[in-house]
Amino acid sequence: MGRLVRLTETDRAPLRFVLDGAEHRALAGDTVLSAVLSVAPALRRSEFGPEARAGFCLMGACQDCWIWQEDGSRLRACSTPLVEGMRLLSDIPGDWP
Amino acid sequence: MSGPDELRVVVVGAGPAGIRAAETLVAAGLKPVVIDEGERAGGQIYRRPPQGFTRPPETLYGSETAKAVALHETFDAMAATGRLAHHPRSSVVAIADGRLQVLDGAGSRWIAYDRLILATGAMDRVMPVPGWQNAGVYGLGAMQIALKAQGAALGRRLVLAGSGPLLTLLAVQLLKAGAEIAAVLDTAPMRRQLRGFPGLSARPLFALRGLMMRRRLAGLYHAGVQLERIEADERGPVALLWRDPRGREQRTACDAVGLGWHLRAETRLADLAGCDFAYDETWRQWLPKADAVGRAVPGVYLAGDGLRILGADGAEVAGRLAAAACLQDLGLPAPDMAGDRRRLARLSRFARGVAEAFPWPAEAAAGLPDETVICRCEGVTAGELRKTVDFGGGEVNRAKSLGRVGMGRCQGRYCEIAAAEIVAGSAGHGCVAAAGRLRGQAPVRPVPVAALLQDAVVEG
Repeated sequence: MGRLVRLTETDRAPLRFVLDGAEHRALAGDTVLSAVLSVAPALRRSEFGPEARAGFCLMGACQDCWIWQEDGSRLRACSTPLVEGMRLLSDIPGDWP
Repeated sequence: MSGPDELRVVVVGAGPAGIRAAETLVAAGLKPVVIDEGERAGGQIYRRPPQGFTRPPETLYGSETAKAVALHETFDAMAATGRLAHHPRSSVVAIADGRLQVLDGAGSRWIAYDRLILATGAMDRVMPVPGWQNAGVYGLGAMQIALKAQGAALGRRLVLAGSGPLLTLLAVQLLKAGAEIAAVLDTAPMRRQLRGFPGLSARPLFALRGLMMRRRLAGLYHAGVQLERIEADERGPVALLWRDPRGREQRTACDAVGLGWHLRAETRLADLAGCDFAYDETWRQWLPKADAVGRAVPGVYLAGDGLRILGADGAEVAGRLAAAACLQDLGLPAPDMAGDRRRLARLSRFARGVAEAFPWPAEAAAGLPDETVICRCEGVTAGELRKTVDFGGGEVNRAKSLGRVGMGRCQGRYCEIAAAEIVAGSAGHGCVAAAGRLRGQAPVRPVPVAALLQDAVVEG
């Protein structure tokens, strides 16, 4: 179940994205953070502690919201608009050295 | 001297200060370059949702609608007619030799400037609360951005805690939008809030609006609380534990927590540009030094919350003044500054009232248990930070080298103010300024290695 609650502006066009191999729907105009947190409680695991991370400042200052893409690159979820078909991972890609 | 056409004045930040600075430069016949991290100009407080969202400005900005719309229209008109060069979604990550290193989606490049106006704004000032490292704990500003720019709440049942005007404002905005709020917890005691009244009366309408909003919160609002701990499971927060003014323990169930104690200035670029800093007792933070109209060091001007935390109205005034000072120094016709200087003085009086009424709870930092995470980026605890004092002599840059507090991805933006209080407390300094100021380091945002490997393009 997601963390984010959509309160308004829900008439936007749907977009599809993939998180950890499963397809989900989001809305055009969502940031990556909004899209992921609408279907999951967090973006990724912390690499320094046992807890998960779901962003903190939402304005590009804290760098807490980065998330993996399947191609191995990472992006800042709060300031990256979701694009149709994006493939995201909440954990390190399997073949990461 | 080169004519106005060849002079490049770069404005960093397109919030209220940056927009008014750019407008003043354009009116004098210059074509400024405006570099901003946002997709659309407006800054954080007047942030606009992406294209395709339909809430009217009245819903987004309430009593400040006219100001927000005026700023957006002013900027868009200048950009559309080519009177300024707008670089959205772009971060200035370094400053050297009269050039700015700018990072955008395409990579990194250098932009030269003749004069620089920094209007970099502010962010939530946060006091660590045990458990704040969990997913689902956010800055109050983050919760406002989620509502404004995405029409969403960051949880089903929210607790908002901290102090300052945003605490009440955000609670009312979220309630209006249909979010569930479990409690609004203000660490400022009521008698302390009354002490701010002389200053707050400099803007009676503003103060009155705050009181009216407070009434709408009715039983949700509690003043003079102490925050104890955020309880969490693997999903995130399940409750906030706090003490009421009589010291009784309270537990409020929730699934998200918003934290914020007013604002802290974003000063990293001012630091890299060579500005001097002084510890400001009113705001309990280090702020760059500038004269009354924003002149900092030769060729560099500061405006808005990144210089003095006066809020959006003060930022508009400061933006105009900094640009006017810049024009004056260039020997170009500058608008008269007397009216804006008077306005700035009144807004400063109000801001001091706000700082007095809603203080930073410095004593809470010194009392944090050793196991509390202070650096959220790397999970460094208060106990580990205190240990560095034995080796580093109670200075924040030494504490950073020894304990990594301030070395994570946010570069200390969200921990350094509390960390300095802890270091000063452990060292027995008596005043936090004696622990020193964390030096800024480029790049001020993380930069992908690929962006540094490509050939650097220098404009101008």
